Amino acid sequence: MGIDLSNFAESIGGVDHGPLWIAGQQTRTPAPSQLRLVAAPAGIVDLQPDEMTVVCGAGTPIIELRTELAKVGQYVNLPDGLTGPGTVGGALAEGRSDIYRLGRGPVRDTLLQVRYVNHDGQVVTAGGPTVKNVSGFDLSRLLIGSRGQLGYFGETILRTRPLPQSSRWFVMSEASQTVVEKILRVIYRPASVLWDGHKVWFCIEGNPKDCAAMIQRISVELPVITEISGPPDLSLYLHRQSVPPRLLGDVVQENARSDSHKIIVEAGVGIVHHQVPPESTPIEKGVTILHRRILEQFNPTGRLNPGIEILASAPSL
Amino acid sequence: MRDKPQVQSLNTQLISRLRAALDVHRVHTASADIDLYKRDASNIEGRAGVVCFPLTTAEVQSVVSICAEFQQPFVARGSGTGLSGGATPLDGAVVISTAKMNRLISVDPVHRLAWIEPGMLNLDLTREVTHLGLHFAPDPSSQQSCTIGGNVANNSGGPHCLADGVTSSHILACEVVLSDGSVVMLGGEDPEPDGLDLRGAFIGSEGMFGITTKICVRLMQNYQAVSTILMDFTSVQAGAETVSSIIAWGMVPAALEMMDQLCLEAVEAYIQAGLPTDAAAALLVEVSGLPHAVTDDTERISEIGRAYGARTIRIAQDEAERALLWKGRKTAFGAIARIKPNYYLHDTVVPRRKLNEVLQEVYRIAQRHDLLVLNVFHAGDGNLHPLLIFDKRDPGIMERVHAAGEEIVRVSVEAGGVLSGEHGIGLEKRDFMPLMFGPHDLHAQASMRVAFDPLGIANPFKVLPSPSQCGDAHDMGEDMWV
Ligand SMILES: Cc1cc2nc3c(=O)[nH]c(=O)nc-3n(C[C@H](O)[C@H](O)[C@H](O)COP(=O)(O)OP(=O)(O)OC[C@H]3O[C@@H](n4cnc5c(N)ncnc54)[C@H](O)[C@@H]3O)c2cc1C
Ligand SMILES: Cc1cc2nc3c(=O)[nH]c(=O)nc-3n(C[C@H](O)[C@H](O)[C@H](O)COP(=O)(O)OP(=O)(O)OC[C@H]3O[C@@H](n4cnc5c(N)ncnc54)[C@H](O)[C@@H]3O)c2cc1C
Repeated sequence: MGIDLSNFAESIGGVDHGPLWIAGQQTRTPAPSQLRLVAAPAGIVDLQPDEMTVVCGAGTPIIELRTELAKVGQYVNLPDGLTGPGTVGGALAEGRSDIYRLGRGPVRDTLLQVRYVNHDGQVVTAGGPTVKNVSGFDLSRLLIGSRGQLGYFGETILRTRPLPQSSRWFVMSEASQTVVEKILRVIYRPASVLWDGHKVWFCIEGNPKDCAAMIQRISVELPVITEISGPPDLSLYLHRQSVPPRLLGDVVQENARSDSHKIIVEAGVGIVHHQVPPESTPIEKGVTILHRRILEQFNPTGRLNPGIEILASAPSL
Repeated sequence: MRDKPQVQSLNTQLISRLRAALDVHRVHTASADIDLYKRDASNIEGRAGVVCFPLTTAEVQSVVSICAEFQQPFVARGSGTGLSGGATPLDGAVVISTAKMNRLISVDPVHRLAWIEPGMLNLDLTREVTHLGLHFAPDPSSQQSCTIGGNVANNSGGPHCLADGVTSSHILACEVVLSDGSVVMLGGEDPEPDGLDLRGAFIGSEGMFGITTKICVRLMQNYQAVSTILMDFTSVQAGAETVSSIIAWGMVPAALEMMDQLCLEAVEAYIQAGLPTDAAAALLVEVSGLPHAVTDDTERISEIGRAYGARTIRIAQDEAERALLWKGRKTAFGAIARIKPNYYLHDTVVPRRKLNEVLQEVYRIAQRHDLLVLNVFHAGDGNLHPLLIFDKRDPGIMERVHAAGEEIVRVSVEAGGVLSGEHGIGLEKRDFMPLMFGPHDLHAQASMRVAFDPLGIANPFKVLPSPSQCGDAHDMGEDMWV
């Protein structure tokens, strides 16, 4: 069972149909006003709990997917969106994970198959419908994070997972880097560990009895932890930076010294959430060359989402 | 589409350049030496022109740059345990072995990652980090002998990839020598390097996008508790339904493997583990993690098994019994040698709910072609491994084996499955790609290849059926048989 993508493909048209833009809920990137807009089909078409897969239009709001999956005790590892609920297509096109990446893994592992429309209006299938598949090159992985520049996603097959039986958040004040590292070492596969240089918030998930036992154990070593209802509010932290996790201690220290703005880091992962745009990291020349070659192949006329710089403003090395 | 470059036969000039770049002892040309490299663990033979053993990225770079200059195709090779002809050199290609690049470079136990060289054996990595309470999750049954470079190139899986994912989920970065000799780092220790996921695109590219010379792997915390359960059933259907039901119940065991009757008989005769040889199918289920979850899941899985008519439910009582049950699973290949001298192992994936239907069809196909088939496979992710066993001295047998294999692949894809779950496409399934992909799909994959290897000299003529291989520099050698 699949979505008929012919109308979607027609709305995109061939190379001679000019530049255009695909919009999700525009929570992340507002569509440029001068461009023709298209939107991906929405709706869940097939949900198979015993396959742990769901087939849906890329325009499906993530909230809708979450609600339907919760009814069968499952979830999909896509971010809800920071400034409002986004779409499946938007989340995949941005490729950014939410704060549970440490335990649940990156967004890129969620996509099994995508049927997208290419720069010339043709429908292309990437990946396969089953949870395991190595048939051909892994085009799906390349498309994640491509910000609409390699093709417009129409239908996706996503991998689902069982909802954790329990999910509990804790906080501890005056947490040093040593405390953060202890949490990473002692807790079995924590779902999230956030740190702002003073406070550490962490989430443990799984069997309720195991979670209780784990908390008892860590309480011996860190007696001042308090249970809270959920993660800290990150809605003011709209910008992010990616660094090797071993450097997070330095980043936090450096930030405290300059006292410019607040940051919250994802320990064990390496994401730094900023309130103002961080400095960009230089890009290796070889990486830039590969990007250019890929764009030449997939978006030769530049008509898909013109103006987007996949490598942001990063200077080349 | 551009014209194919003129391929020169391996000439003395090229060989002397390779010798100057490495050292005479690490550039093999004697036929007795290079004959060993004419194929991988599949039945597909080619011919190596020369075999090089670089020690460093810089040496790989030199060899590849020389190949680029001579427009000479090259093939990366790990241990040659691949089953799809991926490492089979065509038409005298230069084989670049990573066997001597097998060091563990560094480990970060807090952030659970390690840098390694590509020739490191899969099991050696886990052995090196066991004392830190860590392991590398992908565990192909060949893990004692396959390299992590090979795992990356084939995006390999293994019995314990059900819960934790296949190789791609465990690789953070790859240093790669591209076909023009340039070196590039794809991905990084940081989680979201700017731009496209080039790391993800490279993994599973079967040596056709370049050679990885350094790999950053993610390591996993070892579990605190484990339970291994063997359940047996009087029908394959009951076993298959148990598999679906376990997943639908919201459990993802660490491993969920199935063996059918012929396999149980062969293995039992080989290792005497007390396996139920009169059962139609047995499931080997392993749950691991924290103690309460393991106890609760073991109980629930046993209940589900009973509900589907499991005759016996054997829970390993200690590490020795657990090891014995796994030995049964992992020695299946050795065990079949007692029945027939040769085997052809297939690898397709079907939706879990179609397991029984497709397995029944596999039995019918084998019967029609008068072949013996036994099944030992990753049932949890629907990854079938029908093993056709035969004696290749029987006249006309290979035709029957190939015909049956093709039918198995077709039946799997028609059931909503895919061509390969973990062994890759290589040469073996290259011409089946149109069963799953249309011309636009294949063109998109070929475009990836052109972007990474515009020269078309990195392991050409694999994976993509010929019309999609615009840039590849080689035709299939006459001396090759598939
Ligand atoms: C820097 C950054 C930080 C983020 N941090 C967080 C976070 O901390 N927590 C969290 O929950 N989420 C986070 N996100 C995720 C983000 O909020 C989601 O990506 C959001 O869901 C976008 O959905 P949307 O429908 O609003 O997309 P839009 O804003 O409409 O579109 C985003 C981009 O995707 C493209 N696009 C949309 N649909 C398609 C399609 N069908 N095919 C191809 N391209 C398409 C658009 O053209 C645009 O380039 C972050 C994203 C970014 C870029
Ligand atoms: C008995 C047996 C059991 C097996 N069980 C499993 C299993 O459970 N799961 C599974 O997934 N596979 C399994 N395999 C298949 C095989 O072991 C895997 O595909 C393995 O990853 C291949 O590793 P290798 O080092 O032998 O690679 P090779 O066979 O040498 O090469 C495989 C491919 O990788 C490329 N390659 C090798 N090194 C590099 C590099 N450094 N850079 C770029 N490309 C490179 C080659 O060109 C080739 O295309 C099994 C094989 C056997 C014989």
